[in-house]
Amino acid sequence: MKIDRRCFLSLAGGLVVGHLLSPVPWKMTDDIAIWTQNWPWTPVPEDGPVSWKETVCTLCPGGCGVKVRTIKDRVVKIEGKEDHPVNRGSLCPLGYASIQYLYGPSRVKTPMKRTGERGDGEFEPIGWDEAITEVNRKLAALRENGKSHKAACIAGDDRGTVPYLFKRFLEAYGSPNFIRTPSGRDAHETAAYLAQGKTALNVGFDLENATYILSFGCGLLDGCGAPGYQFAAYSRFGEDHTLVQVESRLSNTAARAGKWLPAKPGTESALALGMASVIIDKGLYDRNFIDNHAFGFEDFTDDNGNMHMGFRSLAAEYRPDKVAEITGLDARQIESVAVEFARSDKPVALCGYYESRITADIDKTLAVHALNALVGNINQAGGMFVFPEPEYDLPAVSKDSIASDATGKPRADLAGSGQYPQSRYLLNLLPERILEAGNDDLPVEALLVLDANPVYTLEDSKKVQEAFEKIPFIVSFSSFMDETAKMADIILPDHHFLEGYRDVPAPDGVGMPVVSLSEPVVDPQYDTRNAGDTIIDIAQEMGGDIGKSFPWDDYGDFLEKALSDRYQDMSSNGYVVNRDRVADVADAFETDSGKYEFHPIRRHTPNNGDTEKLPGYREVGIPGGNLNNGVTLVAYKSPRIASGAVANPPFMTKTIDSKTLKEDKLFIQINPETAGNLNLKQGDKAVIETPAGTATVRIDLFEGIMPGLAAMPAGLGHTAYSRFIAGKGVNVNALLRAVPDPAYGMNTAWGIRAQLKKA
Amino acid sequence: MQNVPSHTKARHFGMVIDVDKCTGCASCMVACYSENNVSFRDEESAKMLSLNWITVYKLTNGKPFPDTEVCYLPQPCMQCDGKEFGKPPCVSVCPAVATDFDWPTGIVSQIYTRCFGCRYCMAACPYHARQFNWWDPVWPADMEKYLSPNVSARTRGVVEKCTFCYHRFQLARQKAYHEGRSEDIKEEEYQTACTQACPSGAITFGDLDNPEHEVYKLKQDRYAFRLLERLNTNPSVYYISKRKWVHRMADNYLEGEVPRAFAEKEA
Repeated sequence: MKIDRRCFLSLAGGLVVGHLLSPVPWKMTDDIAIWTQNWPWTPVPEDGPVSWKETVCTLCPGGCGVKVRTIKDRVVKIEGKEDHPVNRGSLCPLGYASIQYLYGPSRVKTPMKRTGERGDGEFEPIGWDEAITEVNRKLAALRENGKSHKAACIAGDDRGTVPYLFKRFLEAYGSPNFIRTPSGRDAHETAAYLAQGKTALNVGFDLENATYILSFGCGLLDGCGAPGYQFAAYSRFGEDHTLVQVESRLSNTAARAGKWLPAKPGTESALALGMASVIIDKGLYDRNFIDNHAFGFEDFTDDNGNMHMGFRSLAAEYRPDKVAEITGLDARQIESVAVEFARSDKPVALCGYYESRITADIDKTLAVHALNALVGNINQAGGMFVFPEPEYDLPAVSKDSIASDATGKPRADLAGSGQYPQSRYLLNLLPERILEAGNDDLPVEALLVLDANPVYTLEDSKKVQEAFEKIPFIVSFSSFMDETAKMADIILPDHHFLEGYRDVPAPDGVGMPVVSLSEPVVDPQYDTRNAGDTIIDIAQEMGGDIGKSFPWDDYGDFLEKALSDRYQDMSSNGYVVNRDRVADVADAFETDSGKYEFHPIRRHTPNNGDTEKLPGYREVGIPGGNLNNGVTLVAYKSPRIASGAVANPPFMTKTIDSKTLKEDKLFIQINPETAGNLNLKQGDKAVIETPAGTATVRIDLFEGIMPGLAAMPAGLGHTAYSRFIAGKGVNVNALLRAVPDPAYGMNTAWGIRAQLKKA
Repeated sequence: MQNVPSHTKARHFGMVIDVDKCTGCASCMVACYSENNVSFRDEESAKMLSLNWITVYKLTNGKPFPDTEVCYLPQPCMQCDGKEFGKPPCVSVCPAVATDFDWPTGIVSQIYTRCFGCRYCMAACPYHARQFNWWDPVWPADMEKYLSPNVSARTRGVVEKCTFCYHRFQLARQKAYHEGRSEDIKEEEYQTACTQACPSGAITFGDLDNPEHEVYKLKQDRYAFRLLERLNTNPSVYYISKRKWVHRMADNYLEGEVPRAFAEKEA
């Protein structure tokens, strides 16, 4: 039979129709549907008894209470704890995502010993005993060679019992080098030391009760400081609350503020003084406080007959029209905000904590503290609080001759030295000191790193990395394979906060003396140990007076003794609030005058040739100042990016929008006007070059940023952790450089000059 | 036509989001991932392939510095009622009855085992609320341990979307039955994960038809609006903003046309 066209078509048609009439295509579609879904590796989560347990998140200094949903022995969800005084149910995205750090590829699962070159990230697992013996061998050798003062510890915090144990260890071992990483506390501590005469303190702001919040660049809603605390306060704002944000970029905080004052960056102290001048001029200040508790408000003559300028005269030099010129704001607006601030029920002015880029501008901090003093809100509800650090009633450290000799030896970071006598910690100076020293004269020869990731978080990352390469022996106590752990010789992994005990003292900037207790909700998932236990073990194995200084069975035993009568309350409630630790305003000040010093006499101590005795406005220098035609690079904080010692977990990276990070390319924000001058368009590929480094970025045009600035989010561009975290964007710290304050040594640079060119 | 089943109490769950309050922190997004076993990949910044049940968008009024304003708009599935009640755009196109309108709650369901991935619903949804699993979800190392047994993990080849945490409704209903309250589920007993997570209190959730629920009052706010209202999809998610430019962005207005909330004022 000949198959012609007609026959072929009817045959084909018949086949199609026949098939459609038969169940075959339907059955096959059904089978395909089942087959596409029938993969044995699709997890079926195991069911089991549900329970809710409570603890405290320690991934950032915020210290939020959390409740944890567990199914059998698995943690499946974390939520904010409603009755915790810090966050009152609020929780930031990092808190919600913290389960991704309990499990997962970023954890250090056993003690590790470096096998490859430093920084290569090649390690082999070793046992705990072996690891501790190794650490002890190195530390004992250093001590025998008379170089105990060349041991150091870099810690994320200096409060709480775990950092306390490390401080105690160094004291018994014979080293003065306990170094806290730079934070918003540096400037507040110094300002409170100068104006209020206190050391070892916390400065906090009672956002819970304040009705008028005047924020000098604090990223209250950008995830800085104690995010849970700030969000909780914001969520309860009513019609009678006002938030004023001073910032050169329309941040999330500025976007939600009632008023946004886009002052030029670095001019905040002039603005604060300008507002003070309005308040004084109009007589809106708290006369009771000024008359009874303040010193140096009026001009005065000291015992030697020298005339000194008081705060009133100083402020008079900053009239609103002059300040308008400095800050680029409108003089009437400055005046109206100052008047509203002073007249409102519970005003509070804040700076420093919660800033996107932690800088320690002492002038600004003193000026902002002075605004609070002017309205008399110190240690008052809704105001600025100063309270002492928690103390522990423990036996004194037993010191042998080496340890005794070490007291008073100069610190590796120059804090407390003749150059910077009034500073406590200056980690920002350490990398340069190490790089300048010869290999046989290093200021640090053994380094312990606790709850910190300085290789990532310090400015000028390349230099920091080089400095760390020179340190002969590094021990990391990190739970995660972060950039600093990757540089270590030995890693002694700590628990995740859901696995261990730890006390969490008053978080940064929180206006109440609260101490919470973090308690395990699951068994340790891996072979990790509480850093407190590890340091006790190290000390006891060292023996001698060092061992004698650690007479506890383990960290749990120590914690109970250290917290003594507070332990019971903390254990049952999860926290204690020691309101009695807040001094009445009459006894609050420990200056020589016994008053709040608007003119801080302690600033007269010769300080590295710095002669400014009063808060004032000085232009803050930034690196690369002589670059022409460039932009000024500033870092910004996004609530969707964790920028501290702990990196962004994958869940948070998932929330970042495509105008910030897209296909691992980082976008920097510039004003369309700046873009016009530089001939750049939205999405363009560009190269940014600063004195510290170079990076390839994409351009995002954003009207809400001041022309001339380029803003880059902090917290991206990690090189360690896991493939879910590393290699995303650029680390802004690699492009920044610190400028030490001449008198206090802390970093004051809020940005850096940069060249931005189309690539 | 389908009828409302008579043996269960009809509710109409919905959400009211205060755009002027939202800070754009994305806690809602992360809480949702964690609650609903939303998977993640190592390349999450490739946004076309990223799965989200709720997305927080950044809106800008476009004015030059310093008159710029920014708002954030969290967008879950709108759980539309449809022009004809019970017929949202996605439900009417699904050939597999994998997505359906749940009469007792007003929630649009998504049944992964029925879905065969034709993605008609994605094309029909004017809100891009639905997403497709192009890959098998893989949880690295032992991250599978944090998966919740209340929500099934999806497979390659199916569409997924926000369900208003329907499993939480089921749990609340079970509890109520168990305690002999059968239909009496209290407002606070059933809240979605995002509502609970919002640290600024911008999201309110409840029964839109129940005068005792907060959302009932809020949806009647003078400044309440819905996205693409004039498509008649009848979303169950309302927004509130006093900013006219935000209202303008919520729908396709012609030049000179004034959003409803402001029409009266300007007339």
